[in-house]
Amino acid sequence: MPTANPIGRWALTAFTWVVAILFVFPLLWMVLTSFKEEADAYTDPPRLLFTPTLSQFAGILERGFLPYLGNSAFVTVVSTLLVLLLAVPAAYALSIAAVPGTQGVLGFFLSTKMLPIVAAIIPLYVISQNIGLLDNVWALVVLYTAMNLPLAVWMMRSFFLEVPKEMVEAARVDGAPLPVLLFRVILPVVAPGIAATALICVIFSWTEFFYAVNLTAAQAGTVPVFLVGFITSEGLYWAQLSAAALLASLPVMVIGWVAQNHLVRGLSMGAVK
Amino acid sequence: MPKSLRRGRVRLALLAMVSLLLTSCAGAGAIGSGGRTLVIAIVSNPQMEDAVALKGEFEKENPGIKLKFVQLPENQARAKITASTATQGGEFDVVMISNYETPQWAANGWLENLQPYIDKTPGYDANDFIPSIRESLSYQGSMHAVPFYGESSFLTYRKDLFEQAGLTMPEHPTWQQIADFAAKLDNPAAGVSGICLRGKPGWGESLAPFSTVANTFGARYFDENWNAQITSPEFKAAANFYVDLVREHGEVGASSAGFSECGTHYAQGQAAMWYDATVMAGTNEDPAESKVVGKNGYVSAPVERTPEAGWLYTWSLAMPKVAKDKDAAWQFMSWMTSKQFVKQVGGTFGWNRVPPGVRRSTYEIPEYQQAASAYAKPTLDGIDKAQQAKTMVNPVPYPGIQFVGIPEFQDLGTRISQQLSAAIAGRITVDEALEQSQEYAESVGEAYRETR
Amino acid sequence: MSHTVVEEVQAPVAPKRATSSSSAWLRRAPLLPALLFTVLVTQIPFLMTVFYSFQSWNLVRPGSRHFVGLRNYVDVFADSQFRGALLNTVVLTVVCVFISMLLGLGLAILLDRKFVGRGVVRTLLITPFLILPAAGALLWKTTMFDPTYGLLNFVFGGDTDWLAEFPLASVMTQVIWQWTPFMMLLILAGLQAQSKEVLEAAAVDGAGRWRTFASITLPQLVRYLQLAGLLGAIYIVNSFDAIFLMTQGGPGTASTNLPYYIYQRAFEGFDIGQSSAMGVVVVILTLIVANFALRLMFRTFGLSEVR
Repeated sequence: MPTANPIGRWALTAFTWVVAILFVFPLLWMVLTSFKEEADAYTDPPRLLFTPTLSQFAGILERGFLPYLGNSAFVTVVSTLLVLLLAVPAAYALSIAAVPGTQGVLGFFLSTKMLPIVAAIIPLYVISQNIGLLDNVWALVVLYTAMNLPLAVWMMRSFFLEVPKEMVEAARVDGAPLPVLLFRVILPVVAPGIAATALICVIFSWTEFFYAVNLTAAQAGTVPVFLVGFITSEGLYWAQLSAAALLASLPVMVIGWVAQNHLVRGLSMGAVK
Repeated sequence: MPKSLRRGRVRLALLAMVSLLLTSCAGAGAIGSGGRTLVIAIVSNPQMEDAVALKGEFEKENPGIKLKFVQLPENQARAKITASTATQGGEFDVVMISNYETPQWAANGWLENLQPYIDKTPGYDANDFIPSIRESLSYQGSMHAVPFYGESSFLTYRKDLFEQAGLTMPEHPTWQQIADFAAKLDNPAAGVSGICLRGKPGWGESLAPFSTVANTFGARYFDENWNAQITSPEFKAAANFYVDLVREHGEVGASSAGFSECGTHYAQGQAAMWYDATVMAGTNEDPAESKVVGKNGYVSAPVERTPEAGWLYTWSLAMPKVAKDKDAAWQFMSWMTSKQFVKQVGGTFGWNRVPPGVRRSTYEIPEYQQAASAYAKPTLDGIDKAQQAKTMVNPVPYPGIQFVGIPEFQDLGTRISQQLSAAIAGRITVDEALEQSQEYAESVGEAYRETR
Repeated sequence: MSHTVVEEVQAPVAPKRATSSSSAWLRRAPLLPALLFTVLVTQIPFLMTVFYSFQSWNLVRPGSRHFVGLRNYVDVFADSQFRGALLNTVVLTVVCVFISMLLGLGLAILLDRKFVGRGVVRTLLITPFLILPAAGALLWKTTMFDPTYGLLNFVFGGDTDWLAEFPLASVMTQVIWQWTPFMMLLILAGLQAQSKEVLEAAAVDGAGRWRTFASITLPQLVRYLQLAGLLGAIYIVNSFDAIFLMTQGGPGTASTNLPYYIYQRAFEGFDIGQSSAMGVVVVILTLIVANFALRLMFRTFGLSEVR
C-alpha cells in the first residue's frame, strides 16, 4: 500500500523485514544449528557464536543419506514426467476440444484429491505386496502420479483455456492434424504453464510422507523416511537433525526459489500472468 | 521483472531439474546393486546403536555379507515389523522383536525355527542364556528368537534418605512396606516425592509396572476360560493401591510420567524410591546424567501374595520365514548375540554399555562385575525369577507377566492404561476406570471364546 | 495487466451438433489414459477398503478373518475416541486454514509495494512451504518447542512443555507456519492482478485506504481466497506428518486427528476391519463436505455454464 511520507515508508520496510526474518527464523536457526557440534546445539541460552563444523553433514552421509536422496529424485522426476504425459492430453480434451460432461470429469478428478489417503493404505499395502512392489520405488511413482494428477489436470486446463480460440480455429481450418496442432500451436503458448505444473508436482512428490513411510523399508525410502529416524529423544541429535533437514529440503528449496514466478502461476492456476 | 532475467531463471530451474535427474540415475544404480545385503529392522535404543556402530567388524569377519540397518523408534519399529511379518512382506531378513511377539508369531508360523541353527553353531552356547529369557523366546521347546538384551523390574531407593529417616529397606519388601516408606519419605516442601511410578498411558508404559502389582495382589486380566476379571475384588484392591499410592505420595504430573520422566525425576533427586525396569540402573549410576550416583540401593520387585513380582522383557532377533538368505541372516544374528559381541562392546565402548540381562557369562566377566556392582546381582536375580509360576497367584490362559500375550493386548492394554491414567489424574474414579476396562476386555475375551 | 479466466472459460469450443459415436470417442481419447489411471489407482483400493470394512480381521491373528456385516460400523459410531479425532480434525483444519489465510493476507499486503530487498523478503517468506513438512515438524518439535533448550521458552521464559500441555495448538502452529507462505503467494497474486487504474481512480476520488481495500481490493480477492482456502483445506485435512512426528497423537489422544487415528488402528492395532470401516466413514463425510467445496470451485472458476 502506498504511504505518502518517506519515514513511514521506511518504517514499513523495516517492519516487513523484521516480520520476514522472524517468520523464517526456525529455518535460519536450522541452518545455524546444522553447522554446530551437538554440545553447542544444546545450550541455554542458545549459542549464536561457535566454531562451525561440517561434521554433522559428514555424519548424515555416513548414515547412508545418499540412497534416500537418489530414491527421492527418481520418484519425483519420473512421477512428474508421468503426470505431464497424462495431464496434457486430458487437459486438452477438457478445454480446447471440450468433451461433453467436462464438469463431471473435472469434479471426479478433484474429488479423488479429497479422498483421505489413509482410507486406502491397507489395500495399497496388500496390493503392493502381492505384485512385488513393496519397498519399491515404482509403487511410489504410481501413487505420486495419481496423487498429483487431479491438480495437474486442473492447472493445465486453466492454461489451455488461455490459448486464443482464433489461433486454434485457424490451424484447424488449415487442416493441421492433431499432433501438429498440439506441438506447433498450443504447446508454445502453454509451455510456461507446463513448467508451473511440473514445479508443483515436484514439490508435492518430494515432500510426500505418508505413502513413503508406510510402503517403503530399506531399499526405496525417500528423504522424508530418512528423517523418521530422528523422532527418538535418546542422546543428543539436534545438530545432525538440522543438517539432515537442510540437506533433505535443499533441492526443492533451490528449485522453488529460482522458479518463484512459476510457483505463483501454478498455484493460482493461471489466473495470474 | 525483465524478460531476460526471467528466462535466466527458467534456465536455472531447468538446470536444477537436470541435476535432479542425474542424481536419480545414481540412486537407481544404488537400488540395482545387490549382492548379499542383509536388511535388518531394529529398534533404535542405545544398545542397538552400539551394534550398528560395530557393523564394520562383522563385515570384515564375513566378507561378502553387507549389513543394512533400518533403525526406528520403538513404536514405529513395532508397527513396521509387525505389518511386514504378518503379511509375509519379506522386506527384512532379520527383525528385532520382544518376548511379547515371539511365541505368538512362532505359533502363526511366521518365524523361522532357530533351534537347528543354534545346535549347529559351535561355541554359541545357548545354555548360557538365562533360562527364563530362553523360555520366553521358545515355542514348543525351540527358540524362535535369540535375545540381545533382557530386563526385569526392581526397586531402587535413596540409601541416604532412608538413613536420615532412620528406616531400613528389607531385601525383599512388600508393597505395604513400600507404601509406608513412601508416606514417611514424601516431602513436598523439599521437592522429593515418596515414590515414582509410571502413570503415562501405553501398554508398555504404565500398564507394565501396574500389571506386576496386580499379579502379586492375586488379580489377573482373564481367567482360564477367557472371562475378563478386571472388576474382581483382587483387581480393584490392586488398582486402588496403585492409584492411591501414586496420587498421595507419587511424583508431580504422574498421569503423564513414563520411564524417561521417572528417570529424570529420580536422577535429579526428586524421588525417594522408584519401581521400574532394571535397565534404569545404568542411568542412575551415570555421573553425566544423574545427581544421585552411588546413593542408591537396589532390591527386588515388591510383592504381596506371591514370592516374586518382577516382569520379564527382552529385545531379541528373529528371522521371518520369508527371509531370503537365511544362512547369512543367522551368521549375523549369532554374531550380535554372542559372548564375543559382549566383550567387543565392553572393550570398545565401556563395560556399562554392555547389553545386560541375557547371558550368565556376562555376569562372570570381572570388568562387568566391577562396573555394575551395585545392580548386577538384583538384575540377574530378577530376570531369573521372572516366571508366571512365581509372580502370579492364579493360572492364566496367556503367556506374559506384565502383558497378556495375545495380539489384541497392544490395543486393549493401551485403552486400559488410558483409563488408569484418567484415574491417576483424578478425572474418574478407580471403579469407573475398571468398569470401562472390563467392557473392553470382555469383547476381547469373547472373541477368544468364539474362535478357540 | 491480467484478465481473469472467467471471461475466457465461458464458451470452450463446444460441439456444434451431435457427431457420430466413433468421433465422440476420438474426442475423448486424449482424456482416457488419465481417467483410466486415476480410476485404477484411486478407486480399486477404495473398493477393497469397503470390502474389508465388513469383515472382522485382525492382521496379527491369522484365521480370524470372517464377515461381520455392519458390526465394524456400529463400533465406529460408538467409539468416543473416533468422535474426538473427528473433532480434532475439524478444529485443526478450520483453524489452520483460517489463521494461515489471515497471516498470508497480512504478509501479502506488506509485500504488495516496492521496497528495498522485496525479492529477498519474498524468497525468505516462501521457504517454509518449500522445506519438507517432516523436517519442519521435527525442527519445531526440538529446537522450538523443547522445554529446556527450545527457543520459545528462551524468548518467553518459563519451562512450559508445549507439546505436552498444548499439543494440538503446537501442531497447529507448525502447520500454519508451513501453509502461510502458500496462502501469501496466492493472495499476493490476487493483489497484483488489480487494475492500477481503478486504484488510482479511487485515490483521486479521495477514497480512504481502508475504503479502497474494503470496497475494491477485497471483492477482487474473493476468488483467490476461495482457491487458497479450498486447496489448503484439501491438504491440511489429511495432515499426518506433523502429528506423527511431533506428538504421536498424544498425550493420550489429545492431538489425534482422523488420519492418525486410522493409521493407529491399522498399523498399531492391526484391526483391518475396523480401520477400514473408519476409512469408509471418513470418505463419506469428506464427500459430503467436498460436494459443497466442489460447487464453490466451479463457481469460482465460472464453470457452472459448462454442462
